[in-house]
Amino acid sequence: MGLTARPDSALKRVEYDPQSQDGWVTTRLDFLVNWGRANSLWPMPFGTACCAIEFMATAAADFDLARFGMERMSFSPRQSDVLICAGRVPFKLAPIIRRIWQQMAQPKWAIAMGACASTGNMFDNYAVVQGIDTIIPVDVYVPGCPPRPEGLLYGIQMLQKKVMSERMSDRVLRDEMEPDPTTQLYLPPPAIDEISEPFGNSINQTRSTP
Amino acid sequence: MTELTESFDVVSVGSALPNARPATTPKNLPHRGGDANPSAQALKQQFGDAILRVSVGWGETTVFVARDRAGDIIRWLHDDPSQQYDFLADVTAVEYRETEVPMEVVWHLRSLPYRRFLRIKTELPKDAPLEVDSVWSIYRCADWLERECYDMFGIKFIGHPDLRRLLMWEQYKEGYPLRKDFPLRGRFSRSEQLRQALAANPESRYSMEELTVAEAFSEIPDDMRRRLASGERTGE
Repeated sequence: MGLTARPDSALKRVEYDPQSQDGWVTTRLDFLVNWGRANSLWPMPFGTACCAIEFMATAAADFDLARFGMERMSFSPRQSDVLICAGRVPFKLAPIIRRIWQQMAQPKWAIAMGACASTGNMFDNYAVVQGIDTIIPVDVYVPGCPPRPEGLLYGIQMLQKKVMSERMSDRVLRDEMEPDPTTQLYLPPPAIDEISEPFGNSINQTRSTP
Repeated sequence: MTELTESFDVVSVGSALPNARPATTPKNLPHRGGDANPSAQALKQQFGDAILRVSVGWGETTVFVARDRAGDIIRWLHDDPSQQYDFLADVTAVEYRETEVPMEVVWHLRSLPYRRFLRIKTELPKDAPLEVDSVWSIYRCADWLERECYDMFGIKFIGHPDLRRLLMWEQYKEGYPLRKDFPLRGRFSRSEQLRQALAANPESRYSMEELTVAEAFSEIPDDMRRRLASGERTGE
């Protein structure tokens, strides 16, 4: 069986008139670029704790991250688009996640997966960073302890929506943030102190010196 | 640094017991009292006054020893053919809430040939320097255990070859986190903690000297190899 045309089908020859409006699709360049970016986000997995187990479940067959164009885990920061921080980040790891973020090429996004990466969770102690948004800019926070794979997928879809709404004319979105050269912080120190404030039960603990 | 011996004898558990049988889990152990580990009596005969007291709880024997003899006692337990405590399970420390109660350093020893467990404790009064002998020269596994104990409690192990912080980064300035006077959130504000953490160079945790002798030398990145070749000896 070859690919011969059936004798009864008089295949219509495609006529093309450059002056005609037929056969054309117009779109915005923004849409085209964002559509490509949003559907080929390569994740940089930064799994430090139990959230990474849920992240692996998300990537596995049942939930299948590949449906969102994310089938390739990029273990090289230079070839990845979205950093997914799954788990608590101790202060000792802070310079490492910062360096990985700085090594990622624009355009890049970050997802804080789980309560620890978002806020420090119950680890309101001397060793754990109170939310990775004090170290790197975060686009989507996924709540949960740990979040179920559906939660992460919802967060990824939110990120895709966010990517789709970007404008290329808005250069600020894709400018590399430069940390303060003396302190290496993105945020002013009072802001970091404020968003690191304890909440819930842990407000009963006191710090001995400011 | 002493050479590690290349040959060793395979020890089967309980092989030194006269009537070695498969081990059974002891049952109905009393909370306090009961038969002490025979090593406690042997220690009293060998070291006399250096053995302060012996207590038994849940069938496990704890021997409190004088601080300045702790290293000798553990070496004897390791070397003596009638003891053969050849496995160091843990080195840790205890601090009690009451400030006048001294801190304790705890060694968990296990004798595989005699199938015995012995807990050695020594007390460190808080008004004296927190120092005790290292057992690194006896058990190599004490290396990181003692480093962790130093990191968390600030206890100096005399004779340890490389007593650095293990869990916290080496430039950590806030003190010793498991001490009772250490506030849960640390001493500095969150922004200051973050600033200090970001100022730490991650590469500085790796010893360039160790990399030169490691088999991985051919696999390390080019820039590190170049810096090694130019004589740089630390990552900082």
